[in-house]
Amino acid sequence: MAAKNSADSYCLGIESTADDFGAAVVSFEGKVLSNVNDAYMPKEGGIHPREAARHHAEVAEKVLAEAFETTAIKPQDVNLVAFSQGPGLGPCLRTGATAARALASYLDVPLVGVNHCVGHIEIGKLATGASDPVTLYVSGGNTIVSAFEAGRYRIFGETLDIAIGNCLDVYARAVGLQQRRGVPFGAVVEELARKGERFVSLPYTVKGMDLSFSGLLTAAVQAYQSGKHSLEDVCFSLQEVAFSMLTEVTERALAHTEKPEVLLTGGVAANRRLQSMLAVIAEEHDARFCVVPIRLAADNGAMIAWAGILAYRSGISTPIDKSYVNVKWRLEEVYAPWVEETTC
Amino acid sequence: MLIKKGAEASLYLETWHNRKVVMKKRLPKKYRIPELDNTIRSQRTTHEPHIIHKAKEAGVPTPTIFMVDVADSNIVMEFVEGKQVKEVLDAVSSEERLRLSGLIGLMIGRLHKHGIIHGDLTTSNMILTPNGKVVFVDFGLSERSEELEPKGVDLHLMKRALHSTHHKHAKECFKAVMEGYAEAVGKEETKKVTAKIREIEKRGRYVAER
Repeated sequence: MAAKNSADSYCLGIESTADDFGAAVVSFEGKVLSNVNDAYMPKEGGIHPREAARHHAEVAEKVLAEAFETTAIKPQDVNLVAFSQGPGLGPCLRTGATAARALASYLDVPLVGVNHCVGHIEIGKLATGASDPVTLYVSGGNTIVSAFEAGRYRIFGETLDIAIGNCLDVYARAVGLQQRRGVPFGAVVEELARKGERFVSLPYTVKGMDLSFSGLLTAAVQAYQSGKHSLEDVCFSLQEVAFSMLTEVTERALAHTEKPEVLLTGGVAANRRLQSMLAVIAEEHDARFCVVPIRLAADNGAMIAWAGILAYRSGISTPIDKSYVNVKWRLEEVYAPWVEETTC
Repeated sequence: MLIKKGAEASLYLETWHNRKVVMKKRLPKKYRIPELDNTIRSQRTTHEPHIIHKAKEAGVPTPTIFMVDVADSNIVMEFVEGKQVKEVLDAVSSEERLRLSGLIGLMIGRLHKHGIIHGDLTTSNMILTPNGKVVFVDFGLSERSEELEPKGVDLHLMKRALHSTHHKHAKECFKAVMEGYAEAVGKEETKKVTAKIREIEKRGRYVAER
């Protein structure tokens, strides 16, 4: 068995939860040595799971090779293979899992299945130095407010229907915006929103700590289609309402848990307006505001590798016969013994 | 004196005409643009006292409202002596814990029976008074509805609050909550609401069959 803590131990992380196929090499000390990604671009509409999985299978070899070419580490130097085991789209997850199993067997190293949401939280903590944050995790597939308590990342609030990233994507497509490679719809909406001036009233739906975006999405699309408002104004209003909702529930969790940090992670974390709102509440509650760097915000292999290292170092690994994917793996189900209890 | 800085409002302990009162101030939120912020604050300030009054009619103890100032988004209400249920639920005997949970369930049942959805059922919004009553204090996110869906969401929130804050006893507590609930609304209705809660849980993202 490989040394668990030595500085020259490395983990290969494979991410394939949704539209991205990513591979990364991360040292056991938490240094990201490479982080390569290839995104599936649908010709029209959203992600078709089987089409995305086919894309992943096609690019897997190239992405994996590149993850090693950009470092001095050879596949034989790898001590651990981590993969995204869920939650996510079944066909996509299975493609990554298959590659991970094959590599772990071939290299004869342990395999560890990682919860995708844990990956986003842990990479955010690693990159920002946060130790015990209230985390707002926002992406195309997830909208979760969580904090660590009694061995697990507990969910304090989440969306009751669609994720915020999904809301922005569907809205952008419905109002006819075009996606460009490397520029997510969220960034396109953000750019337009900056030129918006007039606030259009849209439904604001917060239920306790939970949120709902489907009504907001419909209303925003209708507001634009009515012809009464400019696209910029609707983008601006949609962002203001959606992000105010997110900030309100995050503040509720912060007030409730009195944690010392606020961490913003996931693909939507790249949005400057959302960042500025969270910075305000963090300051008001004497908490440090941490935001994941943009290169680690969207789905990536590095976060899987790092979460895999943490789990492995606390004695967790996934035998191949238990490495089936879990498309509905909830964040709260993950026992996280590597996180130190800093409160209570 | 500031006694609680919530996400939604701040509570100040004040003396008002020789009474110990709580002043609930919905201060402007700097993160929200004023147009949106003003609308949300004044809506909630008008709405809350109204619902608090309706809750009393339903037989649920709530603080007495002394004054409402919509322009400044202030509500002056009775200071309820006691402790937050959040602070005591894990500390009391298991008998008392079940009594409290049952009582909370009964109160939620009464609210729902009268078409009141609390909207923020957590144990920090409930005060246990020295004479053993539970007073529901925060109706800032409440709404009126006779439908099953919001009732289910309301109880789902209660369940989640128990699991996140009182995970050791969450299961037994929620069971007792539902028993108390049944006392207020009847077995038939409770069955429907329970089925709804289960549906909501499954609807939630990435929930395995439990």
